[in-house]
Amino acid sequence: MQPMADRITRDDVAHVAWLARLQLTEDELDRFTGQLGAVLDHAADVEALDVGDVPPTAHPLPLENVLRADTPRPGLDRDVVLGMAPSAEDGRFRVPPVLGEAP
Amino acid sequence: MTGAGGRPGPRGPAHEIAAAVRRGERTAALVVDEYLEAIAAREEELHAFNVITAERAREAAALLDRRVAAGDDPGPLAGVPVALKDNLCTRGVPTTCSSRILAGWKPPYDATVVERLAAAGAVVVGKTNLDEFAMGSSTEHSATGPTRNPVDTERVPGGSSGGSAAAVAAGFAPIALGSDTGGSIRQPAAFCGVVGVKPTYGRVSRYGLVAFASSLDQIGPFATTVADAALVLEVIAGHDPLDSTSVAEPAPDLLRVLDDGVAGLRVGVVRELLGEGVDAEVVERTRAAAEALDAAGAVVDEVSVPAAAYGLSAYYLIAPAEASSNLARYDGVRYGLRVDAASTAEMNVATRTEGFGDEVKRRIMLGTYALSAGYYDAYYGKAQRVRTLIIRDFDAAYERVDLLLAPTTPTTAFRFGDKTGDPLSMYLSDVCTIPSNLSGHPAMSVPFGFGAGGLPIGVQVLAPALGEAAMFRAAAVLEEAIK
Repeated sequence: MQPMADRITRDDVAHVAWLARLQLTEDELDRFTGQLGAVLDHAADVEALDVGDVPPTAHPLPLENVLRADTPRPGLDRDVVLGMAPSAEDGRFRVPPVLGEAP
Repeated sequence: MTGAGGRPGPRGPAHEIAAAVRRGERTAALVVDEYLEAIAAREEELHAFNVITAERAREAAALLDRRVAAGDDPGPLAGVPVALKDNLCTRGVPTTCSSRILAGWKPPYDATVVERLAAAGAVVVGKTNLDEFAMGSSTEHSATGPTRNPVDTERVPGGSSGGSAAAVAAGFAPIALGSDTGGSIRQPAAFCGVVGVKPTYGRVSRYGLVAFASSLDQIGPFATTVADAALVLEVIAGHDPLDSTSVAEPAPDLLRVLDDGVAGLRVGVVRELLGEGVDAEVVERTRAAAEALDAAGAVVDEVSVPAAAYGLSAYYLIAPAEASSNLARYDGVRYGLRVDAASTAEMNVATRTEGFGDEVKRRIMLGTYALSAGYYDAYYGKAQRVRTLIIRDFDAAYERVDLLLAPTTPTTAFRFGDKTGDPLSMYLSDVCTIPSNLSGHPAMSVPFGFGAGGLPIGVQVLAPALGEAAMFRAAAVLEEAIK
């Protein structure tokens, strides 16, 4: 088990914000860097625990694949669902251009 | 009016209302009007609700009364007003999660719990305020503004289900539903002096609950009495084919065993949750609760759940990791807010930046960081292994005892602004409740007296998976002891 990483940096926070599709102001970057650092420092107390041979738990229940009978039943009404969308056209969600943009 | 401590006022409790409505002695219309009047008298001061569904409630009540008049039985919650946390989907009624990003969204379907309440005759009076997407412990992180604690309006009601707890404590509804991911039902119940229950993970269908952390979220009731909480849980629990994580067990039989007492039950007081960081007055009330159970014939001892001390650290890696994934769906495409931009990618960023509040952004970033390449093993992987240790320690404790007892919160309700600048201090208010979410076990908070300033203190009864019946028996004994 590798040790806890170094303290989160301002650049780390900027990178994570980009991954999460959030834009932060300079002030927010400063503030969030300090706050996230404090939480991660607290989380470092688990470093004292030897958990190398402990299996991880992703879920409190023993999960099994669940199958239901393949019986048709009505889905949601398309017009009602599209009626809640910010923009819709011809029975579809409408979005700004997707292709040809920077990654 | 219901006073501090959540004693049922002249309008409650729920089981009496339902009994009177079923017998035709009271009309649901009158009951609903009484509660709507109570809401009108104090809602401006408290802000428990994001939306009050007065017109719908009156229509539903009138329909119930016609059914009763025709000889029909509307069910065990006939005519009982209920307040729903605003992260539970209600068909045609705005469901915002107290977030700008879902402002105005009306779900095209009802959550399973909402359907089950309606089928039992309950009447929804409104959707209650919460910390945005249930992330918080004070309801201060709400885009619609904070809810005030009815016991002391200078103080927070707790969170994230602060609106539901306040609604029940203020007598706006005899029962309410909340969701509990790290203590979001039990902590506000303790702060407002009402009963709050987090059932076993999988007991209650999550279909239609807006997801925060899917392996931790569980819906449960608030009520002024243990019996009313049992009544609501019996109605909403049970397998649901629409939630593949709902357990294939019938709803637990709680009301029938409620008066069975605790004679012979073994109860362990959790040593790790009576130590540093827990106020003396809270420890004193927890020990008094242990004595009350002992006096009622339980065998009380102190037990150790060592890994519980690491619950907070594990939780604040696991819950944000799941949240960062769940909240990826808010992209401005299918529902809610869209901030227009030249491309879809820029629109996604602009919408999320404008739509989410600071606490949600913090959690999304924390979770994204914990899951990102190079940190996954150190943070998320390690937290999942600690989760295993916590489950093992609970299992070991439950070989020795039938139930565990602990404080619900380290302190009584704190003042507005006390913790908003320091997220870690806010997170620490969940230290006693988080372990049960990580283990998936049931736990409930019962009012057990007051601390300085007359602020309510709750004690927490914890049980092994699907052990709600014994948990409610102990809660009923504590409720009787404090009367």
